[in-house]
Amino acid sequence: MKIVVAIKQVPARDSQLRVASSGKWIEDTDLTYEINEPDAYALEAGLQLKEKHGGEVIALCAGPARAAQTIREALAKGADRAIHIEEEEIGAYDPLAAAKLLAAALAPEKPDLVLTGLQSDDLGYGQTGVILAELMGVPHATIIMQVEKQDGAIRMKRELENGWFQHVEMPLPALLTIQSGISKLRYATLMGIKKAKTKEIRRLAPAELGVSAANPRISLDRVYAPERTKRTQLFDGAPQEAAAQLVEKLKFEARVL
Amino acid sequence: MSILAILEQRPNQQGTPEWNRMSFETLAAAQQLAEEMGTAASAAVVGKGIGALANELSSKRLEKVYAVEHDLLRDYTPDAYTAALRQLVERVRPTLALFPHTYQVRDFLPKLATALDRVAVSDVVAHRVENGAPVLVRQLFQGKVNVDVRFASAAPNFASLQAGAYRADRLAEGSAAVEAFTPQIEAAQIRTRPLDLFRESQRAVDLGAAEIIVSVGRGIKEAENIPLVQKLADALGAELAASRPICDAGWLPMERQVGSSGQTVAPKLYLAVGISGAIQHLVGMKGSRTVVAINKDPNAPIFEIADYGIVGDLFQVVPELTAAVQKAKS
Repeated sequence: MKIVVAIKQVPARDSQLRVASSGKWIEDTDLTYEINEPDAYALEAGLQLKEKHGGEVIALCAGPARAAQTIREALAKGADRAIHIEEEEIGAYDPLAAAKLLAAALAPEKPDLVLTGLQSDDLGYGQTGVILAELMGVPHATIIMQVEKQDGAIRMKRELENGWFQHVEMPLPALLTIQSGISKLRYATLMGIKKAKTKEIRRLAPAELGVSAANPRISLDRVYAPERTKRTQLFDGAPQEAAAQLVEKLKFEARVL
Repeated sequence: MSILAILEQRPNQQGTPEWNRMSFETLAAAQQLAEEMGTAASAAVVGKGIGALANELSSKRLEKVYAVEHDLLRDYTPDAYTAALRQLVERVRPTLALFPHTYQVRDFLPKLATALDRVAVSDVVAHRVENGAPVLVRQLFQGKVNVDVRFASAAPNFASLQAGAYRADRLAEGSAAVEAFTPQIEAAQIRTRPLDLFRESQRAVDLGAAEIIVSVGRGIKEAENIPLVQKLADALGAELAASRPICDAGWLPMERQVGSSGQTVAPKLYLAVGISGAIQHLVGMKGSRTVVAINKDPNAPIFEIADYGIVGDLFQVVPELTAAVQKAKS
């Protein structure tokens, strides 16, 4: 099975974020970056499928030159090769344009399965995978917990809300967005890191793919720190007294008891 | 120019369509936006056997209610839903179509928008209207930063609304005509085969339907201490929930997890016990009407969104609170 895993490099989860003076994005000079966590689970799912059924895992990433680090990590974990769409201004692409980059880059590969995380930790649209499926003309399913390959088809466990799940089947080729936390992520071994150095990373420019960020469908006007909207009433007396005051407020002010 | 709210239902185990509660938040948002933009709101419900749900909407202040019905819409598939809604949107031509940001909407809305060469603005938490056009507020970096987003395309545009961002109890009453809309869908268009719906544990919990939730976090220290919080939940008639570390540790089942990786809830009262309030947790509960936090750290981020708080040792405060609630209710 030929599997493409679309991964994104995002600021590390514990980053202290400051809004840039332009008000258009965050200050990104001192940030450290890592693989988008849900994409790490998509990669893991891809590697597990390959181990079981054979084939190839190709990591696909659109991002600036710094994203090469994240791509190399994916190779070290076991991806066979990678495609890096180099674009310093990837933030200027709306989700449709970003998905067009990915679609154009993977079209000649004709993969059986495309995997990606259910959403990104930075922009969080949760749309790239589904848009990509539509552009590729393949069926998709989102928030996937388990994937099982059958003859020419796959069967998945999808997460729904409120503790519900559903099994879904679809023919290949297909695209799945993978839920975070569904498996234990592997670490790159020393051997893996060594091997990664010899693996192919194909670099593509948006211009060769015929895609640009021009004419976005949506525009990000202004980035800002959220305003604190609530004023907390604190009860700081002895526990018994504080509890009584709280119940009084819940009953007569908030009227929720 | 008009706003179209596209609402969500799912057949229950008897096969009768039931509302997803978030639908009414979307409906309220549609009414609000329509008023601010000087236009009218309509609503649509999609499925099979949804006549009763559509009729329920006829008592709301809406221009029209579209009952989008087809045998192939009985069980959700992204292909059938996209085909049906594309035809509806092309027929109704709304300026803006609003959806609840449910798992189902996440599954088909980007496909629908792409099919119409648009980008949907997903997971919206607020809006304002400037010069007659909506400016939508989204969160970036899991809630650490906000961004104002505008549509740069001509109508129709699309947005989905985060659970709890709009209040369903602010729905305006009125009257609306119900119109049947039968889309053209062929079975051959549907590539996915939806199979069984199931829950994994015996104790099915619908936190989304709970009016009161008592939620417990790392501050509880050990699994043996959970009953302390269960007693408080029982006194309040509340569902017990937890932050992720508690469920990862197996102290409570995963189905009780609230947060970005668990359930999103918006109860009338959310009582956070020993939860610091990491953003992954906050996104799952900040739509709650009233939030109470009990935590020993006065700087815990949970206090930033709490209406009421007790700074103290939960092992002392919770038993007193349980007693005070029992007294108030007796």
